[in-house]
Amino acid sequence: MAGLCLGTLAPLLGRAGGGGLGPADWAALRFTLVQAALSAGASVVLAVPVARALARRRFPGRSALVTLLGAPFILPVIVAVLGLLAVFGRGGLLNDGLRALGWPPVSIYGLQGVVLAHVFLNLPLATRLILQGWLDIPAERFRLAATLNAPVWAVLERPMLRQVVPGAVAAIFALCLTSFSVALILGGGPAATTVELAIYQAIRFEADFAGAAQLALLQYALCGGAALLAVALTRGPVLGAGLGRAVERWDAGGLGARVADALWIGAAALFLLLPLGLIVLRGIGGLDDLPGEAWGATGRSLLVALGATALSVGLALALALRGGALAQVAGALPLAASSLVLGTGLLLVLRPFVGLGAVALPVTALADALMALPFALRSLAPALAEVEARHGRLAESLGIVGVARLGIVVLPLLRPALGFAGGLAAALSMGNLGVIALFAGQGQGTLPLLMAQLMGAYRMEAAAGVGLVILLLALGLFWAFDRGGRLDAAAR
Amino acid sequence: MRPTLAALLALAAAPAFAEGKPVLTVLAYDSFTAEWGPGPAVEAAFEAECGCDLRFVTAGDGAALLARLQLEGETTDADVVLGLDSNLVAAAKATGLFAPHGAAPKLDLPVEWTDDTFLPFDWGWFSVVGKAGGPMPTSFRELADSDATLVIEDPRSSTPGLGLVLWIEAAYGEEAPAVWAALRDNIVTVTPGWTEAYNLFLEGEADLVLSYTTSPAYHLIAEQDPGYVALPFEEGHYLQVEVAGKVASTDQPELADRFLAFMLTEGFQGTIATGNWMYPAVTPAAGLPDGFESVRPETTLYLAPEEAEALRGPAIERWRTALAQ
Repeated sequence: MAGLCLGTLAPLLGRAGGGGLGPADWAALRFTLVQAALSAGASVVLAVPVARALARRRFPGRSALVTLLGAPFILPVIVAVLGLLAVFGRGGLLNDGLRALGWPPVSIYGLQGVVLAHVFLNLPLATRLILQGWLDIPAERFRLAATLNAPVWAVLERPMLRQVVPGAVAAIFALCLTSFSVALILGGGPAATTVELAIYQAIRFEADFAGAAQLALLQYALCGGAALLAVALTRGPVLGAGLGRAVERWDAGGLGARVADALWIGAAALFLLLPLGLIVLRGIGGLDDLPGEAWGATGRSLLVALGATALSVGLALALALRGGALAQVAGALPLAASSLVLGTGLLLVLRPFVGLGAVALPVTALADALMALPFALRSLAPALAEVEARHGRLAESLGIVGVARLGIVVLPLLRPALGFAGGLAAALSMGNLGVIALFAGQGQGTLPLLMAQLMGAYRMEAAAGVGLVILLLALGLFWAFDRGGRLDAAAR
Repeated sequence: MRPTLAALLALAAAPAFAEGKPVLTVLAYDSFTAEWGPGPAVEAAFEAECGCDLRFVTAGDGAALLARLQLEGETTDADVVLGLDSNLVAAAKATGLFAPHGAAPKLDLPVEWTDDTFLPFDWGWFSVVGKAGGPMPTSFRELADSDATLVIEDPRSSTPGLGLVLWIEAAYGEEAPAVWAALRDNIVTVTPGWTEAYNLFLEGEADLVLSYTTSPAYHLIAEQDPGYVALPFEEGHYLQVEVAGKVASTDQPELADRFLAFMLTEGFQGTIATGNWMYPAVTPAAGLPDGFESVRPETTLYLAPEEAEALRGPAIERWRTALAQ
């Protein structure tokens, strides 16, 4: 893992160039850290009440809503930004409303816009991570707390959050470190420059490959630091084993709690689904204009997504079985990987041996797998720990060890987590432009590349149509894997 | 997945000859080779006369091409690189990876082209583009004094952004920082590339966008929408020339020369106007489509490649300092 992340830097570092950070780089570093910290903090703070509401309410369509709420996370960035602008932009719904009321418009451009967009993109992830924390509290604990009339917040929820929140903050912080398009488009000017932009400039205009690699190292170092900090801050006992039955909550029946939960779920749904709805509307008009290449690109995107899923889940399982802080930090590194640096490094490593066109799809799948790995790991590691906690002793006593244990005990019980991890990897890969642009020859593009090319040729409607196809396929893949994992588990 | 992979590997292993035909590899940016770009028609026309197999290898855009070539150095498979921006020509030449073209073609460019290594295949003027009925300033100064909003591209990540910075430098020289400072409150935001800027403009996020004089022609011809206007600016418009060059390490030097010569003939040039939405380097016999002739800036601003290269770093720094307040 570290080899892939850091090893791809070696051929770049070997090139001439580099040197220290200039004043512009320091300013970029400062802005990068500030926006990443604010974005991570805001995402998690908002995600806690949303996750709690989703954890303790049952309503029709809840599972579909949870899936849909994840959509912004898997969208190509430009699509997400355009959706957000349709709501919060100068000509967006919000400002139309304010104007109608005679109030002054609000501007999305600036630090507030960058944070807003990062919250839009990462609130789903934060909510999922924290929701998982809630669902992992054994039902028996809630029953016990109700019987003893103990405060659920103090004895169950707060300890759970202390375990889950540092990791969630660190993950989103790392993701926002490499933000490039969002920070620039919504930042309003060069004051909102991130380190990733300096990497682009170094590679594209200055052929300063070593300089780019040094900046990429800096990003990894910040990410590694955040991951270590999260490991250190994660405290509290493992809550131990339950029987996995449905949670019934005796503490949340009051009217106040119900109204509050409804409001949180409603607000999150509005915030996340309104831009999404506008993206879908725009895309429907473009479906007629899809170019002929769209079919081939769809096939290639599916191949890449499935390849990335297999690789990502395989690697994550290996890391989860290895366990420990080292695996955790190594698994977090790809969060801060810059696709441009990763792709350029891979290009330098592979080019002497194979034609780039020949490896375009496998390399794209590999890079996507790497990007998805931290999420797969985050889904698998706790599930694995729980399986071991619940069934480890029994398996031990029966002498089921090694590969047999994996096959008989671990994997079957891990199915839901595997399904979730696989779905997430497939969906992320489907929407990720990744490194394909560096490798693809004529007619080898994936859907995100096709979309970028259409937009670059004024064909915004057709691009919106491709964006919609990406969204539907990504959600479809996620749903299929996630449901597959859970159906199987239910059958057992 | 396996059959596809095997087929691709077989393709990659193919030598410079396919079915007995020599193979010419052209490294081009991806919007050129796209299904709707000039690439497919160019390929068919050249293959019909060369008895060879023309293959395009793609890299993202004009700047990515140069980065890619510098990464690959002399080991590159490319015989011709097509699509470098004139502002990057000096940097490209300095790599020593290109061979002189030795041609002296007659070109329809607004400036004289004297470079011995690169040949232009199309060109365009950068322009501030707006919507009919919207604000119509006639210069950057007037724009800066008005309330009109503008979205621009970042010169550190995109060639139009770099073009704009050089435009202001060429037009205003020492006063460039003052012009940028005055423009600061008009600039809604700075995007990483043309795509994002143009999308924002179409979505109504700004009155104006930095694009090309030919942008309205796209809306007119492809969408039958006359509602877009390229604003003629008094100080003149900065020129972008897109060029191609022969790679020095090519194993197909004659074929590469032949392609460069073909590039300036009807079979290639006729695809440019509505395929690449730029002006052809040699105007086709049929002339230019509607919307191309209607905007002809009176003054063309242009920095020779060496000047542009020398000015790039300092100009970007002045831009950044003026806007990052």
